Amino acid sequence: MKFADFVCFKATIPELRARDRDGAIAELVSALDKAGKLGKGNREEIIKAVVRREKEASTGMGKGVAVPHVKHAAVKDVVAAIGQSSAGIDFSALDKRPVYTIMLLISPVDNPDKHLQAMENIFRHLQQERFRKFLRQCQRAEQIEDLLIEADENPFL
Amino acid sequence: MAGLRMQTRKDSVKKVVCEAEIEIKNADGLHMRPAMQFVDVANQFDSDVAVTSGENSADGKSIMQMSMLAATYGTKLKIRAEGADAQKVVSALRELVEEKKFGEPPPKLKAES
Repeated sequence: MKFADFVCFKATIPELRARDRDGAIAELVSALDKAGKLGKGNREEIIKAVVRREKEASTGMGKGVAVPHVKHAAVKDVVAAIGQSSAGIDFSALDKRPVYTIMLLISPVDNPDKHLQAMENIFRHLQQERFRKFLRQCQRAEQIEDLLIEADENPFL
Repeated sequence: MAGLRMQTRKDSVKKVVCEAEIEIKNADGLHMRPAMQFVDVANQFDSDVAVTSGENSADGKSIMQMSMLAATYGTKLKIRAEGADAQKVVSALRELVEEKKFGEPPPKLKAES
């Protein structure tokens, strides 16, 4: 699976306004909602569900990245939105350090394999220091889109 | 150099290698929460743990690498532990994955026509 298969580039937020975890989640879910990816009237419920999931166990995996996610019937296919914060956001990450890149993922309830494939793609790239660094250097949504498309073509980026 | 290395091996605590194949039995596969449980268990032991799924290999103690395996229901993982407590870590991981199924349900039986 590639980024282009599930990332909604219209919902990219190169500089999040929120300074805290729940605010950042709400901003990204709202961006997906605005892009028409979440059906009608599901925004609030999805925000709550992602926050609830995050409280169970942080998806801040360390190295400045977090991947908040939830399964929800509002989507038929995996969809993701990317947001960044130059100030850093406290996600109660495993390494206790702030998070600068957030990839929010909403997955359908009945396709666990697709969810795993999207995660595989995300972490294959996020694992690489170079990719994380390039991503953090992006200041505009188009730059993030270009980088992810390039990553799709070059798995070692 | 070679002589020294042999000496070290002879003197060092015996190095055990333990390998096993274990199957993912919960419906949702190795998503983030199970991957974290896996890493937590692996980290309770001193041995190195390498996990292979098809062509992908991961450090069994790294959550990011484990999340990269995309191990779906039915996937068979090869686990290779190396160290004094290699057997213990493999049996603890087998218990978590195959017996406890990460505390998650197996797939629902589909009543397909």
